[in-house]
Amino acid sequence: MQIIQAGFAGTMESSDIMIRLEPKDSPGVELHLTSSVMQQFGKQISQVILSTLADMQVDGVIVTATDKGALDCTVRARVCTAVHRAANSENYMWRTKA
Amino acid sequence: MDRSIIESIPHIGEIHAQHGEFKGALPQATRTFSERMLTMNRIAPSIEEAIRRVGLKDGMTISFHHHFRNGDYIVNLVMDVIARMGIKNLTVAASSLNDVHSPLIGHIENGVVSHIETSGMRGELADRISHGLMDFPVVFRSHGGRAAAIESGELQIDVAFLGAPSCDPYGNANGYSREQDNAASCGSLGYAKLDAMYAKHTIILTDHIVRFPNAPFGIPESNVEYVVKVDAIGDAQGIMSGATRFTKNPKELLIAKTAADVIEASGYFYDGFSMQMGSGGASLATARFLREKMEKNNLKCRFALGGITGQIVEMHEAGLIERILDVQSFDLVAAESLKNNRFHQQIDASYYASIVNEGAAVNQLDFVVLSALEVDTDFNVNVLTGSDGVIRGAIGGHPDTADGASLAVVVCPLTRGRIPSIVKKVNTRVTPGATIDVVVTDQGIAVNPRRPEIRERLIKAGLPVFDIERLEARAERIVGTPAPIQYHERIVGVVMYRDNTIIDVIRQVKDVDV
Repeated sequence: MQIIQAGFAGTMESSDIMIRLEPKDSPGVELHLTSSVMQQFGKQISQVILSTLADMQVDGVIVTATDKGALDCTVRARVCTAVHRAANSENYMWRTKA
Repeated sequence: MDRSIIESIPHIGEIHAQHGEFKGALPQATRTFSERMLTMNRIAPSIEEAIRRVGLKDGMTISFHHHFRNGDYIVNLVMDVIARMGIKNLTVAASSLNDVHSPLIGHIENGVVSHIETSGMRGELADRISHGLMDFPVVFRSHGGRAAAIESGELQIDVAFLGAPSCDPYGNANGYSREQDNAASCGSLGYAKLDAMYAKHTIILTDHIVRFPNAPFGIPESNVEYVVKVDAIGDAQGIMSGATRFTKNPKELLIAKTAADVIEASGYFYDGFSMQMGSGGASLATARFLREKMEKNNLKCRFALGGITGQIVEMHEAGLIERILDVQSFDLVAAESLKNNRFHQQIDASYYASIVNEGAAVNQLDFVVLSALEVDTDFNVNVLTGSDGVIRGAIGGHPDTADGASLAVVVCPLTRGRIPSIVKKVNTRVTPGATIDVVVTDQGIAVNPRRPEIRERLIKAGLPVFDIERLEARAERIVGTPAPIQYHERIVGVVMYRDNTIIDVIRQVKDVDV
């Protein structure tokens, strides 16, 4: 999907993650992650964000993620929602997997 | 008297009569006692003057209590005076430290404080120490361990600086005031009592000097050398809240309800039982569910011990708990009860939990309900360091009560956010698994294999009992596998068990860029 505007999803509540996406002039993903569980799960959260973006074929984006200990499923859901908002799309794929 | 009479007293050489014969009485004091109180007393004009009079010097050990919790002004007030006087290289042996004590960082950097002993610490001070602020590792002791160290002389206090909400001019001090209802109040002075008893010099700092005798008193004048009046001993809001609020967190309520079911089925719930509820939402809430069971089965509790809250007081006033032994009052309801209820007794730290004291109250416990940051598959408990390895808690009476009680129940959620509470190995071992009997989580119960009879009773009662390895695997399946914490070799903290043997060490944490 094509990022055309800033898009947000999530909250700053415990066990959630706040995702902000912005279009970037050049290709690639620029990720800024802060997390309350950086030491233990920083790498894993980065991987989940990057793989979710790759699955949705998103490129040329700046990601600002503020994590408060979200589980992987929450990270994926927040990134997915933020991408749709940043792409100004409501074409949600509710069932991509069986 | 004729000298020959004294010499003729049989065994005079063995009778300790070295002061010789009576030399006449001193002149009779004729002023009223109220007048005498104004001048002939133990009041020192300032903290600085009291410090000078007791002769505090470089390298000595000073102590503080933590009954004012995060509202405490005493530590920072006294340390600033000491720093100004140019005294260096002190050991600060506090019964515990809190967020509010971050100014100690400056005193450590300036060489005023070179060593700390405490039950725990939080906030910026804890963070800096975890990152290597001090050369000398911090010594962490349980409340009972600290009492035992003081009694055995392992921890010798030169000067105790003890804040008190009320005190008379001779040093009779207490954690509340019967004269002024608006006084900042902390209830029991349990930890301070022992310091006053054993310190070479005891200085009471108070904002309310009342007329002699300040009875009932927590600390008697015989343990006190000087009294100093200060403008404020602490922030009443930070010292204690009105009443410990009852948790509304459904996860904690589920854990509490299960813990009460565990106790009911354990064999230790009978008419005349004894108990302690540790701090923390779920353990405090367990009292409410137990209360329902007590009322239904017409059972009474002989005594409740420990940090006392409003919930315990309510049960006492309803006739469900006969006696309260209070080393530390957690809220204003508890402090008021200590003041007004005849059978709500203030006790000191040794009476509470010292291993040197065979009659210690923890040894008379049927069960205790305790919180935990982490429990491992060997049932070891960590209440001191967070999941990032940084110090952020306090040992408190955890190992003392777990060891003393016949049934030690630990309550914790299976996961906190993304952090698992049931793990393969705890970051810091504070309470050994051999003293923990049951672990209650929101997703099942584990019983120490050391107690097969308890396991059987719980299964028979239809409770969800699992092997602890299964709970650990379940937590990991939900949150994933945490990367191990990176430590430097350097040791920043030493954890003492209640017998003051070294049970674990805390190492300096490494900040890793991810």
